[in-house]
Amino acid sequence: MTTNPLRDPRDRRLPRVAGPCGMVIFGVTGDLSRKKLMPAIYDLANRGLLPPGFALVGFARRDWADQDFMQVVHDSVKEHARTPFREDVWNQLCEGLRFVPGEFGDDQAFATLRATIAELDRTRGTGGNHAFYLSVPPKFFPDVIRQLKESGLADGPEDAWRRVVVEKPFGHDLASAQELNTVIGEVFPSGSVFRIDHYLGKETVQNILALRFANELFEPVWNANYVDHVQITMAEDVGIGGRAGYYDGIGAARDVIQNHLLQLLALTAMEEPVSFAASSVRVEKEKVLSAVRLPDDLAAHSARGQYASGWQGGVPVDGYLQEEGIPPDSTTETYAALRLDIDTRRWAGVPFYLRTGKRLGRRVTEVAVVFKRAPHLPFETTATEELGQNALVVRVQPDEGLSLRFGSKVPGTAMEVRDVTMDFAYGDTFVEASPEAYERLILDVLIGEAPLFPRHEEVELSWGILDPVEAFWAGQGQPQAYSAGMWGPPSADEMLARDGRQWRRP
Amino acid sequence: MIVDLTDTTAAAIAAALVKARHAAGVPAMGMVMTLAIVASEAEHYDALRAAQDAAREHPSRILVTILRPGRMAPRLDAEVRFLGDSGPGETVVMRLHGELAEHAQSVLVPLLLPDAPVLVWWPGASPEVPTVDRVGALAQRRVTDAAAATDPLAELARRATGHADGDTDLAWSRITGWRTLLAAALDQPFSPPTGGRVGCEPGSPSAELLARWLQVRLGVAVARVDTDGPGITDVVLHTPDGDITVSRPDGRVAHLQRPGEPERQVALRQRETAEIIAEEMRRLDPDEVYGEVLTSAPAAAP
Repeated sequence: MTTNPLRDPRDRRLPRVAGPCGMVIFGVTGDLSRKKLMPAIYDLANRGLLPPGFALVGFARRDWADQDFMQVVHDSVKEHARTPFREDVWNQLCEGLRFVPGEFGDDQAFATLRATIAELDRTRGTGGNHAFYLSVPPKFFPDVIRQLKESGLADGPEDAWRRVVVEKPFGHDLASAQELNTVIGEVFPSGSVFRIDHYLGKETVQNILALRFANELFEPVWNANYVDHVQITMAEDVGIGGRAGYYDGIGAARDVIQNHLLQLLALTAMEEPVSFAASSVRVEKEKVLSAVRLPDDLAAHSARGQYASGWQGGVPVDGYLQEEGIPPDSTTETYAALRLDIDTRRWAGVPFYLRTGKRLGRRVTEVAVVFKRAPHLPFETTATEELGQNALVVRVQPDEGLSLRFGSKVPGTAMEVRDVTMDFAYGDTFVEASPEAYERLILDVLIGEAPLFPRHEEVELSWGILDPVEAFWAGQGQPQAYSAGMWGPPSADEMLARDGRQWRRP
Repeated sequence: MIVDLTDTTAAAIAAALVKARHAAGVPAMGMVMTLAIVASEAEHYDALRAAQDAAREHPSRILVTILRPGRMAPRLDAEVRFLGDSGPGETVVMRLHGELAEHAQSVLVPLLLPDAPVLVWWPGASPEVPTVDRVGALAQRRVTDAAAATDPLAELARRATGHADGDTDLAWSRITGWRTLLAAALDQPFSPPTGGRVGCEPGSPSAELLARWLQVRLGVAVARVDTDGPGITDVVLHTPDGDITVSRPDGRVAHLQRPGEPERQVALRQRETAEIIAEEMRRLDPDEVYGEVLTSAPAAAP
């Protein structure tokens, strides 16, 4: 194919637009699809980033006609879309909406799906390019993948692509992750598999790379010479809500540490990639993940907890064991903290503390790089009593931005140094409403750009890190209770105190 | 919060900005650029509204400079608006009376944000050569609007003569949607076009630039053909396999037709000024493609 004469790398007003294609969403009636996927697709269309003739097919176990589906999409777009509702854009999108009712075991339904896609190729010009979005619980993955293969949907016509998009969790341990990879890998080549970790689509997460590698200011101190330790936190203020069926038996570490926190660790700790091509970034992430070492004494350097009933933000809330659908003797942890070390020259001796939990003080995700104290302070000790360690904090959500903490003189005749914060808030400096992570990720799937999607090697490396911890915890009985609305169990504080450190209050 | 300052100086305006910022409890500045608007009394209101909308995407200090030359004594009047009233960022509306109107740069220099880039926008009449204009010389990016001139095509010719890196024109930004769609249409395999045409309202500078762009990129003659509008109504590229056509008869929805393929629709609205200005503010490095297109040969005769 000749290159497009209208494209010019210098012409940066022209956005990347996906070529002719369509998307099929399995489990289209689910929360994720209604709150995130469908609004994101509308927002993309509204920003002119979807190809003319884009088609969206919903597949679910509902007795709906196309019109019913349109109504559902309409409602979800009206309620959740980021950009204003425009009739023209909606009409354009609407013409490409189709619904296929059916169960995942139903061959007939997949035959209908195949016919629907063929019809779209004919009438909408989607050119045989289709992405299959599996917004369904992982236990259905094998069924859907097998059906896609058997109904001939996995292979498009020549020069056309078929891609499959899967959401986390990617398995629940190394063995199941490998099994899942095998199931998908038998049908789709690895370049056509997009694993969505929506955290990686967030602007602030991508900004970690910009911060580190586009600036001269930070990289020189980004190593064991200056960094004392790193704390990566993802705290939620909510409980498990309606996810009892999924959550019990999985727990905080598998739910969050394996994917989000280890990805944040990888981005924070990795070496500079030779380019920002997907393959180069992945190589560096895989390198650093493969250098992660677990502590020898897991009892001393890990902690887990389970929220007990209590008051959170002025509201009385149930404990985990009282939540609906949770067995009263459940040993699933809702809080997990873990020390990891990275065996590289850059990070030798710098512990990375990861923690996540539900029903904590507030909702916050951040990466805090805490620096060593100045080797010598030429002040009276009383002058620096209030001086803490310098820290650079990447606030991933909410209130996205960066803070830098350092000491400053308190005005007055005496020399007294106190910590102050210098702040950069995304919302103040850039777009008031920056694109949702899903917009970016869906567009990347349709264009076929993969840097923001973890490859199965990364997934397997992460499980390799977490599996021994899970095995150790399995023999520890009941997790320590912590009161809802606070910052986790006492054992987590003790875990840092052992190293002579303490958790930041995020 | 709005502060009125009459017969004032730039230093007093700067002090009012700092005071207002502290009063609002946000001493840190998140603003990314200074946007200077040089406009007449009649143009300034719409321009400022568009700029404030655009500032939601690019928080800026907006300096509206209204020139009121004449025989009255030189005087500077200013209205300082801060956060909340005008979206993120700060706005100062200044009226420069008498001889001061010829020395607008002296008022602007003390008010430019440190280090941040400067964009100057003339929503109406613009200087002969923007780079040598006293205000234009302060800026990294100088934005004119050929469509606001009485003879837009003559204005384009004038722009081409005085063009320098960093100049752009809203007539060019208005066609980004068309260019995106046309580029997308050629992302699929196609036979090389042998010629084409752009249909538009008579005298549209945007259509002229679109035709020139196609000529430059495709290396074939592209004509500009008058239609009833609104705006640009269709673009046709002739290829050996048949025509590639994008038509937008109603100014809202475009129809894309490629040889042997079903017709596809895509929303392609005429964008509002705020969106176009926001696009200008997104990248402040020279738009080389615009420079090439502007200074290339005019569209072929129909």
